[in-house]
Amino acid sequence: MFPIKVENLSYAYGARQALVDVTFSISQGEVFGFLGPNGSGKTTLFKILSTLIPVDQAAVNILGHELGNGVQRVRQYLGVVFQRPSLDLKLTVTENLRHQGHLYGLQGKPLKQRIQEALDQFELTDRAHEGVETLSGGLQRRAELAKATLHHPKVLLLDEPSTGLDPGARRSLRAYLNGLRNTTVVLTTHILEDAEACDRVAILNAGELVAIGTPDELKDQVSGDIVIVDSPEPEQLAPKINQRFGYATASIEGLLRIECHNGHEFVRDVVAAFPTEIQSVRLGKPTLEDVFIKLTGRRFEENGSSQDSVGLESSRTETH
Amino acid sequence: MSAIAQPLIFWLLLGSGLNASFNPPGVPEGTSYIEYFYPGIITLALLFTAIFATISVVQDRREGFLQGVLVAPVSRWVIVLGQALGGTTLALLQGALFLFLAPIVGVPLSPFSLLSALGVMLTLSFGLTNLGLMIAWRMDSTQGFHAIMNLILIPVWLLSGAFFPVSGVPILLEWVMKLNPLTYGVAALRRCLYFNASIVSEEIPQLTLSLLVTGAFCVITYFGAARTAYRRPNVA
Repeated sequence: MFPIKVENLSYAYGARQALVDVTFSISQGEVFGFLGPNGSGKTTLFKILSTLIPVDQAAVNILGHELGNGVQRVRQYLGVVFQRPSLDLKLTVTENLRHQGHLYGLQGKPLKQRIQEALDQFELTDRAHEGVETLSGGLQRRAELAKATLHHPKVLLLDEPSTGLDPGARRSLRAYLNGLRNTTVVLTTHILEDAEACDRVAILNAGELVAIGTPDELKDQVSGDIVIVDSPEPEQLAPKINQRFGYATASIEGLLRIECHNGHEFVRDVVAAFPTEIQSVRLGKPTLEDVFIKLTGRRFEENGSSQDSVGLESSRTETH
Repeated sequence: MSAIAQPLIFWLLLGSGLNASFNPPGVPEGTSYIEYFYPGIITLALLFTAIFATISVVQDRREGFLQGVLVAPVSRWVIVLGQALGGTTLALLQGALFLFLAPIVGVPLSPFSLLSALGVMLTLSFGLTNLGLMIAWRMDSTQGFHAIMNLILIPVWLLSGAFFPVSGVPILLEWVMKLNPLTYGVAALRRCLYFNASIVSEEIPQLTLSLLVTGAFCVITYFGAARTAYRRPNVA
């Protein structure tokens, strides 16, 4: 039994198609990530799964209930962390948690216990009676998590959970999510590192699900190594490389990207062959970004972090 | 605060400014404009508070506590009822402050007229808050709400007999005013404030009809608001 099962789901805002025929299943206890750039449809998918957008189709099944008529029963088992803050800033952490508890039918002593439990778990006990607006961004995020998990949801949905978190907080968030073995975790992200930490990842592009699998399975779709060549005249260099080495080149934003085996040898040879036409060369193992590029033919926008690739710099210096 | 200050300023300025030229047919002799305007200005205070209480929905739904409420196992009917009762409480408190001014205006408040006026104000507040919710749930920006407020809500109030009586207006306007549900709300409030004092003009709608229309307004706007909340939970 899959806690979340989606079959042939399409969704449009008027004329704009946000999701096209999306099908996937998420297993009990896994951490599942939707990776995609802005506008890929992942937020729409999040809104549908979290029951914010009503869907009339029987396409979405959560914990055995179809989202249509079974929506009220589903809500009880969902924990939702929104990208934007959902805490009442004028109330204290405890007050926020208490109201949240009431929404889920928790009251009296059990509610008090849950609140204490949540405060302890997210190390918020000493800030429990402070107004949320006085807390730092990281603490507010922890309070959001405490709020979303107060009722012990079976499925935890998170929309871009690491937005606005510093690297340390991101790591502890990932550790927390991966430690939740009885809870199925579904998150959306445009950050490759977050996706790498998931058990399985689905890549979305322009409303279509283009790939699904473990990060390793996905990266296996890209063979060998990735070499990125920065040249002042990429159009002229590309056919030359192709002719000489037999590799296909893809030009992405002025950079030549070559998928090859034995990348270290290729780097040496290509620099030796065209010394004046190459500004810099970068060699790396395939990342999810490379998978994305391979599947969609375009770069992962607004991320622009070359730090994500395990960069082995060549003898020449990088100039960007 | 501004929800009460603005009507108060309108009342004092317009009331004193228009007092000299106020002599329409169908209003009892010797009624000053400040006095005529009094029920209307209470209604305006209710309307403003209802608007200010519901405008927060627009923002709260996109970033705020309401996001979490919308995914909780609570039906939309209950959520909207909670919002409406919250707005009603605020509006009623603001409106009640104006009742303290009744003796100054010369409105003879008896315990009965006070209670019945509060009852009408309660009903009216609930209806107006629902009306605000119906708009707020449709909007994805607070600017949009302000536009609707200036284009629709204020004219609805102006044409409710709050500002000038129905008698003597052009026939087209007369019909608009007769079809305006708020006309009956203002009339109900006016009649209750002067309960049994028999100095209210016969030109305005009868009490029973006014109460019926106001009650219906309440129920219809509540269903409207809940329906809107169900269909427009999240603006993309």
